[in-house]
Amino acid sequence: MRKNGFARHALIETLHTVQSSFGYLDDDAIRFVALSLRVPLSQAYGVVTFYHYFSLKPPGKHTMTICAGTACYIKGSDKLIAAAEKRLGIAQGQTTKDGNISLMTARCVGACSRAPVVLSDGEVAGEMTCEQALEQLERWAVE
Amino acid sequence: MTIEELEQIAETVRQENAKFDYEVNVCIDLACVSQGSDKLRDALAKAAEASGKNVLVRRTGCMGPCSSGPLVRVDPEEILYRHVNAGHAEAIVASLGGEPVSTLQCDLNEHFDKQVRVVLENAGHIDPEKIDDYISRDGYKALLTVLTEMTPNGVIHRITESGLRGRGGGGYPTGLKWSTVAKAGSDLKYVVCNGDEGDPGAFMDRSVMEGDPHRVIEGMAIAAYAVGASKGFIYVRAEYPVAVARLTAGLRDARRRGLLGNNICGTPFSFDVEIRLGAGAFVCGEETALLASIEGKRGAPRPRPPYPAMSGLWGKPTLINNVETYANIAPIVRNGGRWFANMGSERSKGTKVFALTGKITNTGLVEVPMGIKLREIIEEIGGGVPDGHTFKAVQTGGPSGGCIPAELLDLGVSYDGLMKVGSIMGSGGMIVMDDTSCMVNVARFFVEFCMTESCGKCIPCRAGTAQMYTLLTRICNGQGTMDDLDLLVNLCGTIKETSLCGLGQTAPNPVLSTLQYFKNEYIEHIVHKRCPAGVCNMEAPVEVMA
Repeated sequence: MRKNGFARHALIETLHTVQSSFGYLDDDAIRFVALSLRVPLSQAYGVVTFYHYFSLKPPGKHTMTICAGTACYIKGSDKLIAAAEKRLGIAQGQTTKDGNISLMTARCVGACSRAPVVLSDGEVAGEMTCEQALEQLERWAVE
Repeated sequence: MTIEELEQIAETVRQENAKFDYEVNVCIDLACVSQGSDKLRDALAKAAEASGKNVLVRRTGCMGPCSSGPLVRVDPEEILYRHVNAGHAEAIVASLGGEPVSTLQCDLNEHFDKQVRVVLENAGHIDPEKIDDYISRDGYKALLTVLTEMTPNGVIHRITESGLRGRGGGGYPTGLKWSTVAKAGSDLKYVVCNGDEGDPGAFMDRSVMEGDPHRVIEGMAIAAYAVGASKGFIYVRAEYPVAVARLTAGLRDARRRGLLGNNICGTPFSFDVEIRLGAGAFVCGEETALLASIEGKRGAPRPRPPYPAMSGLWGKPTLINNVETYANIAPIVRNGGRWFANMGSERSKGTKVFALTGKITNTGLVEVPMGIKLREIIEEIGGGVPDGHTFKAVQTGGPSGGCIPAELLDLGVSYDGLMKVGSIMGSGGMIVMDDTSCMVNVARFFVEFCMTESCGKCIPCRAGTAQMYTLLTRICNGQGTMDDLDLLVNLCGTIKETSLCGLGQTAPNPVLSTLQYFKNEYIEHIVHKRCPAGVCNMEAPVEVMA
């Protein structure tokens, strides 16, 4: 916040910083940011819920993000998502009950030439098959 | 900093590079890094050092044919190696000065021959994190020429003369936009770069921002001088952390060199740029939504007029252009408007970068002159559809565009040409589909995208896309009727005409274009309860939309 001179228009920047430090935005964090930047709480909450990038829930220990962009979709990312959902027993956007693995989808990470793309804890891997994705999930599960 | 000093830096870099006998360029773009090109670079550097040869190992931006990655190019021989991994490093270094490593060498002449590189001229030749590398390839020369020798009107005239049109997809003449902002009377004006590449399946802007960040910064500075702005913003998606890092470093280096900041190069012109992060909202690619987002608000569009050129950021006149548009500015200033206007078709000048993806052999980035036939891009540059499948359609323009069938492949690529067949130029995503793709399902995919990305401000878009999705889902599940089809067409018209912003107005495009060219697939789904591509599951229960 200091970097941006406590400017009100730096709300999104500030929220990014908070989320990258804590992994998600809880009520206290949003309240603190809104108060510090003198932004109405409603606006801060509105911004947080408007943008997909911000999360109100803590992420799991590991996160698998499957790209659901057009190129990945054409190359069969929907099958990857279905396989991962089945294996974990959760829907996309959720975290397993033990807090171990979160399953997310992304709107294109820009590696379309290597579709379908999966990010395992932020590491990009292209031309993924269902087997490879499930293997990764198994590795996390036994940890 | 003067032009002479700039030349001095360029000369120093050239002399430094001349000390080396060989240059080994390693692509460190996302697609290659995901296959281990960062490890490869380290291995090459190590092998080069051990060999005692005079080798420069350089990290570069995207070279283009990502499907052959990780790519390595050896200069001055211009030998391109594909699918290189760290284990090959020693063999490559050992081959320098002798025969190339034949097992890795690739012949992509057909791929490169048809391409013309303007925006991507530095891709694969400079280290994106070194400003001096950019300067050594005539970087910032255009900015200094403009500041010391040209009037703002002169710059606008040159851009107008070039015939450059907005590369974000709309195709609005850039010169006209600049002169509107220049004429707007205000003490404070802004220049904004739209790097919110939301179109899923496109990554040209990411590659430009990551591979040649200074080109964008220089273009913005020239634009700022031309329209009389003193402050700039680059709006980048948060999903592109590397682009953000490279731009941040680029801005810092430009400031250090005195190419940004107060009184640039001793002239009265002052200009600086800040980076603003997006947060995952497709609608923020729409200019008024983007401005709202920069102001730290929800990214909801507002009705136009007033256009941002009159009343944009904080009510001040604001120039908004796409990354690729700015990337074209410096070469136009350097080489003249006529040079640019000589490329391309009658009403679409210059070149366009496309991200070629989907069911095609050579996926990656290509830059082609406007007017080139789609067939040339797909069959010659792209190498056709792999695995013995047949080409079905090419999708341009992302969720706002349409699908172009095989019989229209001889169409030349231009803003008006693509518009005429029911698609749009868009930002440059080009997704090839083969016979394993179901067009109804594809249309449903795009509608679902627009439905979830709709900001919800206007009803046609918010409710209309949801209804379209329900109808398409029914058809995909084999429960559709012919009446549904009529309803769908009706709905498309309504949404197109009554939505507030570009997102809603173009959301029906994928449905309309697939209906136009692939109606038989819809009918097959409805009448025969059969999916010709075998994608749709006809027994699936209807999802009820909340």
